[in-house]
Amino acid sequence: MGKYILKRIGYMILTLFIIATATFFLMKLMPGSPYANQAKMSAEQIKIMNQQYGLDKPVFQQYIIYLVGLLHGDFGTSFQFNNQPVSYLISSRIGPSMQIGVQAIILGTVLGILLGAIAAIRKNSWVDTVATFFAILGRSIPNFVFAVLLQFFLAFKLKIFPIALWDGFSSSILPTIALAMAPLATTARFMRTEMVDVLNSDYIELARAKGNTPWQTVAKHALRNSLIPVITIIGPMAVDLMVGSMVVENIFSIPGIGDQFVKSITTNDYPTIMGLTLLYSFMLIVVILVVDILYGFIDPRIRLSGNEGSN
Amino acid sequence: MADNSTDIKFNENSFKKIEKHNVDEQEKISAPSLTFFQDAVRRLKKNKAAVISFWLLALIVVFSIISIWWTPSDPNAQHVAYANLPPKIANGQIPGFTGKANVGGRIVDKYAQAKVPSGTYYVLGTDYLGRDLFSRLMKGIALSLLIGFLATLFDLVIGVPYGVVSGWKGGRVDTLMQRFIEIISSIPNLVIVILMLLLFTPGLGSIVVAMGITGWITMARLVRAETLTLKTQEYVLAARTLGESPFKIAIKHLVPNLSSTIIIQTMFSIPTAIFFEAFLSFIGIGIPAPNASLGTLLSDGQKTFRFLPYQMWYPAAAISIIMIAFNLLADGLRDAFDPKTQE
Repeated sequence: MGKYILKRIGYMILTLFIIATATFFLMKLMPGSPYANQAKMSAEQIKIMNQQYGLDKPVFQQYIIYLVGLLHGDFGTSFQFNNQPVSYLISSRIGPSMQIGVQAIILGTVLGILLGAIAAIRKNSWVDTVATFFAILGRSIPNFVFAVLLQFFLAFKLKIFPIALWDGFSSSILPTIALAMAPLATTARFMRTEMVDVLNSDYIELARAKGNTPWQTVAKHALRNSLIPVITIIGPMAVDLMVGSMVVENIFSIPGIGDQFVKSITTNDYPTIMGLTLLYSFMLIVVILVVDILYGFIDPRIRLSGNEGSN
Repeated sequence: MADNSTDIKFNENSFKKIEKHNVDEQEKISAPSLTFFQDAVRRLKKNKAAVISFWLLALIVVFSIISIWWTPSDPNAQHVAYANLPPKIANGQIPGFTGKANVGGRIVDKYAQAKVPSGTYYVLGTDYLGRDLFSRLMKGIALSLLIGFLATLFDLVIGVPYGVVSGWKGGRVDTLMQRFIEIISSIPNLVIVILMLLLFTPGLGSIVVAMGITGWITMARLVRAETLTLKTQEYVLAARTLGESPFKIAIKHLVPNLSSTIIIQTMFSIPTAIFFEAFLSFIGIGIPAPNASLGTLLSDGQKTFRFLPYQMWYPAAAISIIMIAFNLLADGLRDAFDPKTQE
């Protein structure tokens, strides 16, 4: 187990290193200069600016400086957004993103587990049909379509929630729902399949035979065992959430890192794009690693093969 | 024993002669023997949702193919004078397609306001540049399907051979190929697209390249796992013993037996790819203006939906229907090809 974790952490560092290197050299390949009005600047001024930003050094030395900076949490300076350090841009905006992300994953998984469990217990009834229907909708309809529809009906037509604003809990409800749809659908679908399997097993039969009520049987025996495999889908769900947060934050004008990412892409703000790319990759890889390790601890039957990762 | 045998008396009438053809009839299997595919199609036909999805998608595909040569009007042609016209069909008798809009509480005939000639109408209205939304929607759907088709192509051209080779070769080659997949798959898809955008200009090209890098990985993994089990089957062993070349074994024995996995997985990667393109176009790094994509149409519609909701409805409905239909069909195919998974 310890060896496995070390190996995985090794791969993680290697992957991050590859991403960091690739982004750095791709940025160096970009045509043009980082200064908006280079034509108006004298050669002397450009030289001073280059010295200030360390752009006069050889590319390889810049690369080493960049890597060392990364290790110190220094992602460089944004070309746009008032030349703020990228690390400041990220740290000042990560709060709202985290809040919505955590709320969405809690809402999505809890509701998904309930919906899936009920569907499995009342298999082939109308409850099951309704749950399956919602699971398909949640899986199929893109989160930005959901976000736009929620905004139209609940915020614009019914005026229950603010349309696009970041001010307190009530403004986080719609984005949370929009983001939670995909995890909800995935969890419900997975939970139903697992629960149906578990309910057919011998120990459930035994629990019933002992005279447990159906509710006790489900709560004490079935639910626990069905939950184990659900942990595996947390990784892919985290990816969906990160990608989803970009559009959802953009639609609801939430000052988060997803919104920042989209803005940076549209304004060619390369240092910020690189910083956020690394941050997203890092979070993603850590989530997948933690899930894999957790899974090994919770269910010793699982032989760790390292093939559980997902993009 | 002896007593009993004397009690029972047999004569010629005790026996009935069975004609030979009778035996054949009894041995006959009443149901026609079905191949694996016929059986799967039979099961698929029982799934109503999948059948409806199939025909719906067939219709959408036909429409998209038509849109290559013909759309009601040029999807990129701008008529600024006819900007933001609501949907109207023929003379505007059908509710929802009247060509009238609610402006500040009053119903206004926008077509009369813009002095549109009486014969001209836009089925789904026009956008802020006066472009025909129906034509743009047709082009957008066609683009989504093209992306889906390319995703299938990558699955088949890269994913399947990669998985078969990795599974068949085993040993060091397999380990190396799997490590490669692991590293690629731990880089988020979106990051790869953005790296591609740093290299190329945003557009179909960079999306396709990104799909080419990551899109086939799930397929390769599934095919490899399946190949590992197929490889130990007796018929493969027999083919090897008879000196068949690995390439022929792959074509004749492995791929046909992998076909259900391959079909199911391609059906799941199509909606994923369609979503991916729409998402990128929605945040503005996908298909560049002026070309239409479901993502850009939706993004434009979202900006003005308070005043012109029709510009958002149709792209939203189109992408939702396409995604639902593909997912239902994929579910149906999985159940049909792999009845074990069906509860």
